[in-house]
Amino acid sequence: MKIQEADAKSLLVAEGLPVPDWEVAYSDVEAAAAADRFLTAGAEQVVIKAQVLVGGRGKAGGVKLAATAEEARAVAASILGMDIKGMTVRKVLVGPAAAIVREYYLSAVLDRAARRILLMGSAEGGVEIEQVAAERPDAIVTVHADPTLGLLDFQARQLGFAMGLGGHLKAAVAITRGIVRTMRAYDADLVEINPLAIVTETAADGTTAERLVCLDAKITLDDSALPRHPELEALRDPDEEDPADREAREAGLTFIKLDGTIGCMVNGAGLAMTTMDLVKRAGGEPANFLDIGGGARADKVAHAMRIILADPKVNAILVNIFGGITRGDEVARGLIEARGQQDRSVPMVVRIVGTNADEAATLLAEAHFETATNLDEAAAKAVAASRAAGTAA
Amino acid sequence: MSILIGPETRLVVQGITGREGEFHARAMADYGTPIVAGVTPGKGGQSAIDGRVAVFDTVAEAVRETDANASCIFVPAAGAPDAVMEAASAGIKTIFCITEGIPALDMIAAVEVVRQHGGRLIGPNCPGATSPGSAKVGIIPGSIHRQGRVGVVSRSGTLTYEAVQAMSDAGLGQSTCIGIGGDPVIGTTFLDVLKLFAADDETEAIVLIGEIGGAAEEEAAAWAAEHLRGTPMAAFIAGRTAPEGKRMGHAGAIISGGRGTAASKVEALESAGIRVAGSPLELPALLREAGYTG
Repeated sequence: MKIQEADAKSLLVAEGLPVPDWEVAYSDVEAAAAADRFLTAGAEQVVIKAQVLVGGRGKAGGVKLAATAEEARAVAASILGMDIKGMTVRKVLVGPAAAIVREYYLSAVLDRAARRILLMGSAEGGVEIEQVAAERPDAIVTVHADPTLGLLDFQARQLGFAMGLGGHLKAAVAITRGIVRTMRAYDADLVEINPLAIVTETAADGTTAERLVCLDAKITLDDSALPRHPELEALRDPDEEDPADREAREAGLTFIKLDGTIGCMVNGAGLAMTTMDLVKRAGGEPANFLDIGGGARADKVAHAMRIILADPKVNAILVNIFGGITRGDEVARGLIEARGQQDRSVPMVVRIVGTNADEAATLLAEAHFETATNLDEAAAKAVAASRAAGTAA
Repeated sequence: MSILIGPETRLVVQGITGREGEFHARAMADYGTPIVAGVTPGKGGQSAIDGRVAVFDTVAEAVRETDANASCIFVPAAGAPDAVMEAASAGIKTIFCITEGIPALDMIAAVEVVRQHGGRLIGPNCPGATSPGSAKVGIIPGSIHRQGRVGVVSRSGTLTYEAVQAMSDAGLGQSTCIGIGGDPVIGTTFLDVLKLFAADDETEAIVLIGEIGGAAEEEAAAWAAEHLRGTPMAAFIAGRTAPEGKRMGHAGAIISGGRGTAASKVEALESAGIRVAGSPLELPALLREAGYTG
């Protein structure tokens, strides 16, 4: 689960990391009020940042500066409602604009190949790390945390020196250890600070000092660990989740909406992807990924069918079940029940093999379902049905 | 022979008194897998699956009393990493963890502890393995198999059943079929399994079933290009139509930052001389075209 920058910053602050102040505003008026508070407190300018869960906000025009509250209102008005990579901006982060001396990159990420937490740092901050990795791989320094002991102090020092942060080593070590602590405390797959920056701060008496701070934060949480962090559910952004995805998640189904016309219902993630691929290969377009999981019962199947049919573009459905733990007759009963409740009629091709497939076949034949024996045949029939429905419409 | 499990297997089932553990222990025993013990803390002294298997409180005790040498774990996600480490510490060398939904960071330490004890973990979030005719560990339906000489390795569950069924229907039997699991952090990789198959004199051909996410297929392809040129191989990759940035059911099945795409995996396999099927049903034909005559 991805969380917004402001929420990521809150988690960092809770773990004791240095993050400059911010406020979240949902309207231009709120943004102006927040800007006024920061400007009154001594900031020369404020930064206003679109809060959407996609990268490249700056390039898209979603990050801007303002020197007065009125300017902040106008800037916020221009950012709110903006479309960034298909996401509508519904809120902005407002904070004092930092006097940046130098930008760095720092992240902790799950390295699946090494089966370790990987720390990555670079003196080339503020740009996308993929770009640095492609153009100047030597500019990135890495270290793996110990798999049982975690990140050790000397490793954090090594990374800090290699990033050129010798002048701010104590802060660099604290932040590096802090992001690993954050990762473990909340079961994150990724904690990224880009930029980590040396900024000049001016005190009330006019004296200035340099400080290393986290100017941006990106955190991705491990979905598998959410059950043990119920408080993090509150960070799930309802604006960013498709309603159908949410309904499916709450029903214990894995559903991802796509753009096509052929609804797919499958047991098992690998087989669900394969079913989509074969629909495409047969000349059709899958409308969704849907894994009903192992051992799904009739009511779950009926629920899955309602979610698929709620997409008005769906004009044919392909059901592909390879029964292992899942019993074919349970699925067949769910399909029959769902069809009885359906408010629109869509052609359906059903293929059920494995556990209790014979019982399923009998039930489906009695209910006059169109069936298929193998996967390729099922995909071809579903594509033909979708084409016929498309032509008829 | 076969790899990982076979006639020499002496299996302990951890979580045998739970609903899943009981159901699948019965299916494994019915298949002929030698199940020597079950473990459920607090239920030591009882028996499971109609009195066929003795239950112990700890894995260490089960090993001491029965010489168990392999384990199959059906413990819920919250306790599964601990169950893995308990098995490794008790000296179990081959540990299958079927449990899904384990937080990835928990598995980092568990994988390391297994390695330190000289054991091997398969999974988590995997369907297990079958060596047709001798043993089945996990949840793969026994009925889809046919005994033979093709090794099958996959990241998936039901997709593996699909491919194995297609091969059995085409008369291609299997030496061992193994699902390595769909999670980001797993104990045994494609590469590890390819090495085991390469060293197994009864495996004469290999089928690899991968999916989007990570780079384990690419790593396996590079090794196969050097070491398995003489072995007939075929592959299938799921997720050609998967969108970027979405987890496709399996926690590990995600394309991010342009990495982990099906195209990259297909290209790596093909440049290693391994044909990639457009459908699992085409795997038997591709294996024949690659020179497999068994």
